[in-house]
Amino acid sequence: MNRILAKTQLSDDVYMMRLDAPHIARERLPGQFVILQLDNDYGERIPLTIADADPAEGSLTIIFQAVGKTTHNLADKAVGESVVSVLGPLGQPTHIEKFGTVVCVGGGIGVAPLHPIVKGMKQAGNRVIVIVGARNRKLVILEEQMRALADEFIVCTDDGSYGRKALVTEPLKEVCARIPKPELAVAIGPPVMMKFCAEATRPFGVHTLVSLNTIMIDGTGMCGGCRVTVGGQTKFVCVDGPEFDGHKVDFDNMMQRLKAYRKHEDTAHHQCHLDAEIQAKERSLS
Amino acid sequence: MSHITPEALAEAAHRELDAILKKTAPLTPKERIAIPVQDMPTQDPEVRRKNVQEVALGYTPEQARLESMRCLQCRNAPCVQGCPVRIDIPGFLKAAAAGDFLGACAVIKKNSLLPAVCGRVCPQEVQCQEHCTVGKSLKSVDKAVSIGRVERYVADLERDSGKAVSPVIKPATGKKVAVIGSGPASVTVAADVRREGHQVVMFEAFHKPGGVLVYGIPEFRLPKAIVQKEIDALLAMGVEIKTNFVIGRTRKLKALIEEDGFDAVFIGTGAGLPKFMNIEGENLVGVFAANEYLTRANLMKAYDFGRADTPIYRAGRVAILGGGNVAMDAARTAVRLGAAEVHVIYRRTEVEMPARVEEIAHAKEEGVIFHLLENVSRVMGDENGCVKAVECLRYELGEPDASGRRRPVEIKGSEFIRDVEAVIVAIGNDSNPLIPRTTEGLKTTKWGNIIVDETGKTSIDGVYAGGDIVLGAATVILAMGEGRRAAASINERLK
Ligand SMILES: Cc1cc2nc3c(=O)[nH]c(=O)nc-3n(C[C@H](O)[C@H](O)[C@H](O)COP(=O)(O)OP(=O)(O)OC[C@H]3O[C@@H](n4cnc5c(N)ncnc54)[C@H](O)[C@@H]3O)c2cc1C
Ligand SMILES: Cc1cc2nc3c(=O)[nH]c(=O)nc-3n(C[C@H](O)[C@H](O)[C@H](O)COP(=O)(O)OP(=O)(O)OC[C@H]3O[C@@H](n4cnc5c(N)ncnc54)[C@H](O)[C@@H]3O)c2cc1C
Ligand code: SF4
Ligand code: SF4
Ligand code: FES
Repeated sequence: MNRILAKTQLSDDVYMMRLDAPHIARERLPGQFVILQLDNDYGERIPLTIADADPAEGSLTIIFQAVGKTTHNLADKAVGESVVSVLGPLGQPTHIEKFGTVVCVGGGIGVAPLHPIVKGMKQAGNRVIVIVGARNRKLVILEEQMRALADEFIVCTDDGSYGRKALVTEPLKEVCARIPKPELAVAIGPPVMMKFCAEATRPFGVHTLVSLNTIMIDGTGMCGGCRVTVGGQTKFVCVDGPEFDGHKVDFDNMMQRLKAYRKHEDTAHHQCHLDAEIQAKERSLS
Repeated sequence: MSHITPEALAEAAHRELDAILKKTAPLTPKERIAIPVQDMPTQDPEVRRKNVQEVALGYTPEQARLESMRCLQCRNAPCVQGCPVRIDIPGFLKAAAAGDFLGACAVIKKNSLLPAVCGRVCPQEVQCQEHCTVGKSLKSVDKAVSIGRVERYVADLERDSGKAVSPVIKPATGKKVAVIGSGPASVTVAADVRREGHQVVMFEAFHKPGGVLVYGIPEFRLPKAIVQKEIDALLAMGVEIKTNFVIGRTRKLKALIEEDGFDAVFIGTGAGLPKFMNIEGENLVGVFAANEYLTRANLMKAYDFGRADTPIYRAGRVAILGGGNVAMDAARTAVRLGAAEVHVIYRRTEVEMPARVEEIAHAKEEGVIFHLLENVSRVMGDENGCVKAVECLRYELGEPDASGRRRPVEIKGSEFIRDVEAVIVAIGNDSNPLIPRTTEGLKTTKWGNIIVDETGKTSIDGVYAGGDIVLGAATVILAMGEGRRAAASINERLK
């Protein structure tokens, strides 16, 4: 069980793996995730979105960025080795139906969880506009797959090394300003990016879904560690989410909570690449 | 509080027992009552504050015999009425008093599957020991026969002796039963159903079986090795355990019956969702549900700094909200993680605290500070969104409410500030909605607890439930008792 069937490096620190997990592959739907663990005694439980699944083969695909100890150790595993624990599929699946035009925005590693949603939206008969953003050309992932699915595909980089030199919020605003405006926006990426995407669509009244990546432990609603404030109410991302109405999420509180263990984390292994990314984005957005 | 060393307790018991054994005439009731209550040997509070090893060390054989001799062998045995699973208490105490500890354990095991666990965690002072005649005649429940401590002693002895007889399993019936969850209710069902020769598959969401016994109750109160032995016993009986398998998600409950060929299903998924208080500042950095804090510390071993990958929030001053076992466990865990001050804040008085008396006493010995008739009304944060203080209100006791307890009433205008860096909320759980939400036709109460009839059967044919998911947050022994009842119904059904 949970054997690694294939492994590909997509960019400097982003990896794609196919795992043998027939039960999960059979049940999973777009928007759902797994929690995995590399050591049952001292290991950490980390959530990763199911980027794709093949029920016939009994496999699922995960795409992850090596940011800390567990993700680095996972990246070091070779084909044929196994992941001790994989639990899932968790979370509420994405609500997919024919809305009309759907604009899907993915930032950095967020393109991975976005992929099954784009696929689902397309299969349901929507016109799908995909906007993908990354810091530079090397960090753009799943471009081919997205291009193949999208009716319209826009890529931008922060440094202009590929596609448009812009933040994803720019093309998103343009798409929202079109007449008719899109029926739905889906934004997945670093928390700051989702926050500003939600701000971008708000004036146009375009309903915006975001997929939150809070810290989790059990993933079944028992611990309360993943909670966020949505529309003034406390919600548990693992059972009520991970997708929420971006216009109602208290992103500032969520970002503070994501940093809760920063000062407690072992600096060698738990270096906060994600935070560096957030800060860089924050600087460039302000 | 002065701590009596285990050596001194052992020495005193040795002398006492010698004196009694020299007598030829049987002990009179008066002499029995005169035997001093045998205190539980414990680690020195100053030492145990800094480790996670078990606090209570267990009786010596002499202590176990002496304590058992205190029992008057009452004909009507009021203590048995107080035990949810009706253990033959005078029966096992009689054997233990005579030094036949394995015999004593065999008596207990007729009714309880987990004596080493229940001896440690049962709230005895409101169950078996509350009714004890000895305690009544000495006018204090503290002086009742320490039934739980003897139970623990004989169970530990049996386990360590390697003489535990594994149960006989009847020939295979070809019938298959699914057990969801692996807490005390589920462990009991698995054992009782397997004994009848049915195949049993247990599904557990976590990576380790045991339920609250492994993720909630800390090592210093219930060593995980003891729970593991119980799980090993199930495996030895041929029960199959599938971890990392969440019913409702990895597989729907109905698919177990309709597609996978299970003849009956037991749901023992426990209490889920932690409750919060809906007050300002509740989602600040540094506010935790006790479930999260304890899971990090126990299951994920976060106390093992440097070795465990899971971090835990370490703060100098910690406030715990609540007065139950969960609150005590969180408070004492915070002490062990190095907090300088741990404050338990509870709305009522100590008499109303639902925690076991022993846990409250141990917490006090370890330096936990109690603030009674007080409640938190707001959590305040700094510019980074981290907890820096709580606003509290003072309370007084008013008229009794429906539960008969006097209702705490806030004193208007009594607000004041307590500086703390972390807040742990331990005010109870709502029931986990995952299975009801994904299982059509499964009836629940308005609080989300699964409704069962007197045989443990739910609204779906062939599906049974028990433990915290039915009772709301309850106790290990009640969960076990419910498991027994449901297992009996399942066995009846599969005959
Ligand atoms: C529902 C969900 C889906 C996710 N999907 C993906 C995905 O498809 N691909 C991917 O690369 N990442 C995904 N993440 C984020 C991923 O879980 C974290 O990157 C991972 O836990 C980091 O673990 P680590 O030990 O390598 O790093 P750590 O050293 O533990 O932490 C590094 C950084 O990650 C943050 N972090 C730590 N633990 C978590 C956690 N449990 N959840 C979120 N952030 C955390 C820390 O705040 C820190 O900034 C998802 C998160 C959630 C909640
Ligand atoms: C911190 C703490 C301290 C306590 N102290 C005491 C004490 O001193 N004395 C006492 O008597 N009682 C105590 N209790 C209460 C006692 O532990 C519970 O009443 C008892 O464990 C309930 O048993 P259960 O079998 O119903 O379920 P649980 O022990 O809650 O186990 C349920 C299991 O089911 C799993 N599960 C849930 N949903 C699913 C699913 N969909 N699929 C698969 N698996 C699932 C969970 O992961 C869990 O492992 C304490 C509780 C806590 C939290
Ligand atoms: S199981 Fe609990 S209540 Fe029953 S006799 Fe033992 S300690 Fe007392
Ligand atoms: S009530 Fe007390 S003294 Fe009487 S049988 Fe029970 S334990 Fe013994
Ligand atoms: S991860 Fe524990 S409740 Fe969501």
